[in-house]
Amino acid sequence: MTGFDFSNYNRNAALQARGAPGPKATSTGTTIVGCIFDNGVVIAADTRATSGPIVADKNCEKLHYIAPKIWCAGAGTAADTEFTTALISSNIELHSLSTGRPPRVITCMTMLKQHLFRYQGHIGAYLVVAGVDPTGTGLYTVHAHGSTDKLPYVTMGSGSLAAMSVFESTWKPNLNKEEAIALASEAIKAGIFNDLGSGSNVDVCVIEKDKPTQLLRNYMTPNDRGQKERDYRFAKGTTAYLNERVFSKEDLRKYVTVEEISGDPNLMEVDP
Amino acid sequence: MVASHGLTGMLGEDGIHVDMNHLKSGEVNLGTSIMAINFKDGVILGADSRTTTGAYIANRVTDKLTQVHDTIWCCRSGSAADTQAVADIVSYHLNMYSIVNNEAPSTQVAAALFQELCYENKDMLSAGIIIAGYDPRHGGQVYSIPLGGSLHKQSYSIGGSGSTYIYGYCDANWRENMTEEEGIKFVRGALREAIKWDGSSGGVIRLVVLTANGAQRHLYLPDTDYTGPGVTR
Repeated sequence: MTGFDFSNYNRNAALQARGAPGPKATSTGTTIVGCIFDNGVVIAADTRATSGPIVADKNCEKLHYIAPKIWCAGAGTAADTEFTTALISSNIELHSLSTGRPPRVITCMTMLKQHLFRYQGHIGAYLVVAGVDPTGTGLYTVHAHGSTDKLPYVTMGSGSLAAMSVFESTWKPNLNKEEAIALASEAIKAGIFNDLGSGSNVDVCVIEKDKPTQLLRNYMTPNDRGQKERDYRFAKGTTAYLNERVFSKEDLRKYVTVEEISGDPNLMEVDP
Repeated sequence: MVASHGLTGMLGEDGIHVDMNHLKSGEVNLGTSIMAINFKDGVILGADSRTTTGAYIANRVTDKLTQVHDTIWCCRSGSAADTQAVADIVSYHLNMYSIVNNEAPSTQVAAALFQELCYENKDMLSAGIIIAGYDPRHGGQVYSIPLGGSLHKQSYSIGGSGSTYIYGYCDANWRENMTEEEGIKFVRGALREAIKWDGSSGGVIRLVVLTANGAQRHLYLPDTDYTGPGVTR
């Protein structure tokens, strides 16, 4: 038999039942979206990867290559989205070579759903599949258990609620490329700012008919870190003042006794 | 069974065996209102369009009416993943059947295929499916396959979580040999009530009318109180 060995899963479950903490996978608590426009489809993602409460990667890539004109955005378990898309990408290429035709989005979606259904949700890959093929534009969501949906705009991941609110309030039919990119990146930003599992930057991928696919890595960087000063001295003029009076040493002598010290003024006197 | 429903709830008393019911948490569900009826010239299938993951509506315009052959369709309820997988497999077998036998399959053949899959894999599936089809030999037929995998030929069938609210409505309003117009009115009226009372059902009403003339789709939107626009495509 080929496939996964689930004996460790049962062992971990048994250990957890006795109170031991289970192992943690790096999950891409994520915002991913997709949106169809007049001449193609755009997908976008945030770039935060988390492991429990820890930000594991501040600028990870969640846009995965399947074929030149089919791309996938992944949420869920990072390793699972990575390997599932790589496996299907490989099989799609072989399929395309053997048929001598460009690969179709629906083929990719079907291969993904059948693979994920076989593993009954144990492969935690939640995907947005998008692309352009000879039959037209395709945009699908695939859930880890193997169910799929076909819609003109989609969101997935922990930030999907924030992102969907942007789509549901501002989406309109027959968008052009620029409008679609703006809408998708705005939806990702809603996830970045309102969902704890999402953050950092916006990645965008634009797939158009009769044009090369564009991967716009870090299309937006709304969380740039400012240059570190590495110095705590305040520059002259930092504090504003209303007037200025200069006292010379001679003026000071009127109020206090001034003694000139010989030798190194920085050395502290221990014995008189 | 262990009493708690937390992380430990997945394990049986021996601490080793896993309870399948708990493994499917977080799955996409079709908390649904579906139905299919016989009328004078064929069958009508109907469904709401809500798909949920817990409290979140994952898709508000779902198409739960799935074609498995030219004039054999099914209504899906239960797990979205399970019912899609089953419908895809049946679709494949019916396609092969029609090529091998150079003849369209009967509705009964399709229903038997569904039953085989649903019964033999009953431990792993949560799928409640209604099959309805038209073939020239038997005319319109409606079959239902509830959770255990049994097969029932019925004059009309309702299913999904929303169906519990419309047993009375359907029983009071059902008549044999209705016209197409009367049939559509019956299905639309029943699903309107199911959507109204069932929180897991909602969105639009989709219908498919199957007759000797083939399949015709209808759509009814909530903004017009489910009165229109009617025929699409």
